[in-house]
Amino acid sequence: MQIFRYIVARCLHAVPVLLGVTIVVFLSIHLVPGDPIRIMMHGRIADSEVAKIYHDLGMDRPILLQYVVFLKNALVGDLGMSLIQKAPVAVLVVEKLWPTLMLLAFSTALSILIAVPLSLLAAFRRNTWLDTAIRLGSIFGFAMPSYWIGLLLMLFFGLLLGWLPISGLGDTPLDQLRHLFMPSLTIAFFLAPILLQSLRSAMLDVLTSEHIEVARAKGLSEWRILIKHVLRNAMIPVITVLAVNISWLLSGAVVVEYVFGLPGLGSLLVRSVGYRDYPLIQGLAFVFGVLVVIVNLLADLSYMLIDRRVLRS
Amino acid sequence: MTQPLLAIEDLTVGFHTPHGSVLANKHLTLTVAAGETLGIVGESGSGKSVLCRAILRLLPSPPAEITAKSLAFAGRDLLKLKPAEMRKIRGQDIAMVFQNPMTSLNPVWPIGDQVSEGLRIHRGLGRAAARQVAIDILKRVGIPSAALRVDDYPYQWSGGMMQRAVIAMAMTGQPKLLLADEPTTALDVTIQDQILSLLMELQRETGMAIILVSHDMSVVSETCDRVAVMYAGSIVELGVAADILSAPLHPYTWSLLRSIPHLDAPTGRLATIGGQPPDLARLEPGCPFAPRCPVASAECRALPIALKTLPGDRATACHFPERVAQLDQRAAS
Repeated sequence: MQIFRYIVARCLHAVPVLLGVTIVVFLSIHLVPGDPIRIMMHGRIADSEVAKIYHDLGMDRPILLQYVVFLKNALVGDLGMSLIQKAPVAVLVVEKLWPTLMLLAFSTALSILIAVPLSLLAAFRRNTWLDTAIRLGSIFGFAMPSYWIGLLLMLFFGLLLGWLPISGLGDTPLDQLRHLFMPSLTIAFFLAPILLQSLRSAMLDVLTSEHIEVARAKGLSEWRILIKHVLRNAMIPVITVLAVNISWLLSGAVVVEYVFGLPGLGSLLVRSVGYRDYPLIQGLAFVFGVLVVIVNLLADLSYMLIDRRVLRS
Repeated sequence: MTQPLLAIEDLTVGFHTPHGSVLANKHLTLTVAAGETLGIVGESGSGKSVLCRAILRLLPSPPAEITAKSLAFAGRDLLKLKPAEMRKIRGQDIAMVFQNPMTSLNPVWPIGDQVSEGLRIHRGLGRAAARQVAIDILKRVGIPSAALRVDDYPYQWSGGMMQRAVIAMAMTGQPKLLLADEPTTALDVTIQDQILSLLMELQRETGMAIILVSHDMSVVSETCDRVAVMYAGSIVELGVAADILSAPLHPYTWSLLRSIPHLDAPTGRLATIGGQPPDLARLEPGCPFAPRCPVASAECRALPIALKTLPGDRATACHFPERVAQLDQRAAS
């Protein structure tokens, strides 16, 4: 019952945030300096034509009314028409959503697989050369720019060894995983160090708790203490870090998608900005916003699985 | 005489700090017989808790350094055991109950799971069997409807219940020696009494020995067979509880006893011990209590002091134990 109440409460919390997203996205086009229509047409357009386009798009109506129309349309999945591709924005976005989501899920999983064992090792051998080596290595990975790592990986695994495809997205699910491996690894180079460092320091923090001494007095081994009594407690702050960074990666993956020629939202965003396709940019911003809200909702729900104390409130 | 359960001989625990080495326990020698209750009293920082942790070898090294002629438990020198052998003793032969029940349990695991964890590790019990043992033992320590509450999380329990759970956890291994490090300090007075009674009951049933650390003289007088009084890392007085409480032979013990307020005594300022406990990093050569002692003389500050045995199974670390009797006379007049 408590669990059900918690889930409902978390979902309800997301609603005002989503409304906020729609307001910001809606206003963004009105905050663009200058006249979007004139900019789009590079100024080669008569005033009467501009006025006609404004009228056709409903942009001469009161702003509040425009927002209500935008919101109503957004609710039924209508995000307007792309000016360049002459197709519904929603269709274009959904088409490219899948590769981006796969990329994010794959790179998050890879990062966790890399960060958790290494941080356990660093915490177990804290303040030894091994700990220092792991931390230095992670900073090294973190410091290298994504496009550089991406190119190096392509060169090594793709061209030199010929193990993995260097661009595009395959057809069968297995083939897609093969195509997504290098882009995901590139992102993991950035994400895993963040997880590793925060997990390590959270674990060292938990290690000073009194219940750890109680566990030692019970005769548990250091490894069992780390895995059972430290890791789970240390995950709580790290989930927050993970959620924030996945949200950030949504747009941060743009470069990686571009380098590896993945047909995802990032590549679409870069192109639509290049063409100044405002409805498409708006639609993409809206989708990114919604995804961020969903990621954070998932983080909230996973707290519940790890630490029942969140059910108290 | 039969072999004592625990025989500590010349135990010294030092901590290396940036400001030099600090001795938290100095040349401690004491024994605990099977089934007896030894009380350890003293102010904060006198080394009581360090002693418990040294026995279980829970102090991280570095910075701690433990040396002793012997630290024998049931004939085995604990200091010579390998880490894996030591782990088999912890929670099985020697268990420990800690001061603060609110932080003694891991907040993210169910209580029953933590209570029976030792059994799963040491005796290879299955999940279902371990859960049943947890229910039985929680029932034994007085948790009502234990079968329903075994899967609760610590935040759902009160401090007194949690301390019962911690005691249950310590009892799962049927220990021969229980180290109770101020088990009632964090609890309110009525609960304190229940927890102490529970410990005594469990002792009668199992015949385990208890080392009860406390700074509360009344707790010690109610429960302990023998008492060791600690000051600045050393034992300053050792003997049968009734003897020490009725006729102390160290001015520090005398001062501690005098500072207990009595219900029938006229109200006024409570008796205190003037001054501060000494800084363990900067001890004078003489008796560490001399600066605060009401009957100290020049020799006390100059002559090094050690625990000396007196007739009647007593020992004191005072150069002039006969002066304590004068204190009583002085206080009476």
